[in-house]
Amino acid sequence: MAVVFERPKSLLDVPTHYCPGCTHGIVHRLVAEVMDEMGIEGDTVGVCPVGCSVMAYDYFGCDMIEAPHGRAPAVATGVKRTNPDKFVFTYQGDGDLAAIGTAETVHAATRGENIVVIFINNTIYGMTGGQMAPTTLPGQVTQTTPFGRDPQLAGYPVRVCEMLSTLTGTAYAQRVAVDSVPHIREAKKAIRKAFETQKDKKGFSIVEVLSTCPTNWGLTPTEAIKRLQDEMIPYYPLGVYKDTTEEGNK
Amino acid sequence: MTVITERCKGCGLCTAACPKKIVELQKEKRNKKGYFYAVCTDQDSCISCAMCAMMCPDCAITIEK
Amino acid sequence: MERNLMKGNEALAEAAIRAGCKCFFGYPITPQTELAAYMAKRMNKAGGVFLQAESEIAAINMVLGAASTGVRAMTSSSSPGISLKSEGISYIAGSDLPAVIINVQRGGPGLGGIQPSQADYWQATKALGHGDFHLLVYAPASVQEMVDMVVKAFDKADEYRMPAMILADGLLGQMMEPVSFPEISANPTDKSSWAADGHKGKREHHIVNSLYLKPDELEKSVADRFARYDAIKASETDAELYLTEDCDILLCAFGATARVVKSAVNEARAQGIKAGLFRPKTLWPFPEKELNEAAKSAKKLLSVEMSMGQMIDDIKLAINCSKPVEFYGRTGGVIPNPAEILAEIKKVGGAE
Repeated sequence: MAVVFERPKSLLDVPTHYCPGCTHGIVHRLVAEVMDEMGIEGDTVGVCPVGCSVMAYDYFGCDMIEAPHGRAPAVATGVKRTNPDKFVFTYQGDGDLAAIGTAETVHAATRGENIVVIFINNTIYGMTGGQMAPTTLPGQVTQTTPFGRDPQLAGYPVRVCEMLSTLTGTAYAQRVAVDSVPHIREAKKAIRKAFETQKDKKGFSIVEVLSTCPTNWGLTPTEAIKRLQDEMIPYYPLGVYKDTTEEGNK
Repeated sequence: MTVITERCKGCGLCTAACPKKIVELQKEKRNKKGYFYAVCTDQDSCISCAMCAMMCPDCAITIEK
Repeated sequence: MERNLMKGNEALAEAAIRAGCKCFFGYPITPQTELAAYMAKRMNKAGGVFLQAESEIAAINMVLGAASTGVRAMTSSSSPGISLKSEGISYIAGSDLPAVIINVQRGGPGLGGIQPSQADYWQATKALGHGDFHLLVYAPASVQEMVDMVVKAFDKADEYRMPAMILADGLLGQMMEPVSFPEISANPTDKSSWAADGHKGKREHHIVNSLYLKPDELEKSVADRFARYDAIKASETDAELYLTEDCDILLCAFGATARVVKSAVNEARAQGIKAGLFRPKTLWPFPEKELNEAAKSAKKLLSVEMSMGQMIDDIKLAINCSKPVEFYGRTGGVIPNPAEILAEIKKVGGAE
């Protein structure tokens, strides 16, 4: 009997604090698999956000830094500029990256900072108990939009990949989802490509991952997957938004 | 297909992913954390496609062939 | 030793580079901008990193990132910018990271003005961010001291794994004086037990973090830090005592103000008034022992500050309110002159 699937080495063998069915665990595994495959765990520094994945430092096997809310791209900049030979990634949620940390995100991208940003978009603040995120869909009920997000009142959702793809410094931007096995395979390829882009010193890469939050959406894990497919993907189309690598230039 | 039962949170994403429909959640037995964990109901029919493991957010499934 | 005529802000930058600072992250603000401009010219040639950040907040977090990997990192700003950095400084303290932060103070609150001030004393010594923590705070009074204290700040920050601040002001930053740079001993602190710079598969992964969700764990981490603070209070205080042996009135002032006060003390002495000067060089830890020594013969103390009176609190605490402590200050960017301080000395009783 040969093992065909098991926990990647770069993902530490500890239980996570994530709720049942939360797809953070899948994305963690994909990042760890990429580190394993490229053999870079010992040369990687990860930066955690504030939010549900704040304790990702306990899960990834590489060296980890916990950043203030929204500041992960700035922290990563400090790491990468002084350690250009290391791989540096941030792992951020939608509130962290697209609300309180918008400036850090946009400027890291426009500087062409040679880092990888893993962006978890689940349209809600999870850790604080389900408030409106910058990516909350119009009409979506949250704790702070109890009658549904009214764009007249609360504005419109931010489409991060579309926005960042307009910046010259962004080398690679792709939106993926983890709602199905084919999409998970696609997500893994995108994360691998982002790290390869960093290896080739091309500049800023972002992989936006459409994810679920069953607990704060008030749905079962399987219902949450369905919502991702039925409501999120139409609003946040999957695909490559920018690719300056050779593959992208073809 | 082996479920590390103490890591399983009983979310059921694996049950939906299995093409052979041979992964189910326990209906009575719980693990120490109180979750109805996943089990393979028919190991002989398992084709080791690892789709259940790919969907598992908790790395609670190991696949051997 | 070679002596150069240099502006305070530029001397701070040059001293940092010579002290082994490997990166500078900053944001433009008057009156410290020459520091960043100097770094932009020199840092890359010196083999380091200069980066103009998109905000003060980003700059301090870049410092956090670089410091996490074990390199000497620095940022600088002036009062309103330091307020913005306070979040990051709290995280740096909570993560036990060494870093050097320069504050070339200007008048406040709010946007305030761009002239010299010392009104950030409370902020620097009591509450530069949320939570229980301190920074080492050095208060230079000359361009030469700016140089010496930057070097010391890097060493002590590394030694105690905590942020250190040079609390200067617009007067010192803009002033030109001759300086010489000390030979820096290349004796870097070993940070391999905690730096997050890639484990190479040779050690456990390192985590730089300030989050402790269990109250007893957080309490312990803070208590451990405060045990370190106690050691620092016992060994790292520094002050200048000038004509204090027989003084009847002890003036207390730090930074640029102390230079003006010294002139007033000299003039008072010339007029037969036994005045002395206590000048703390470290504001945290506050030199309590040195102050009590300086105040031994004094009947009264007079704190002179470019603020509405902030250091005076520490003076009263240090002497346990055993003697009257008067205050004279100018604020908003107004620099007190020796004549008005001398008049104050006479007014509060030095002439008796």
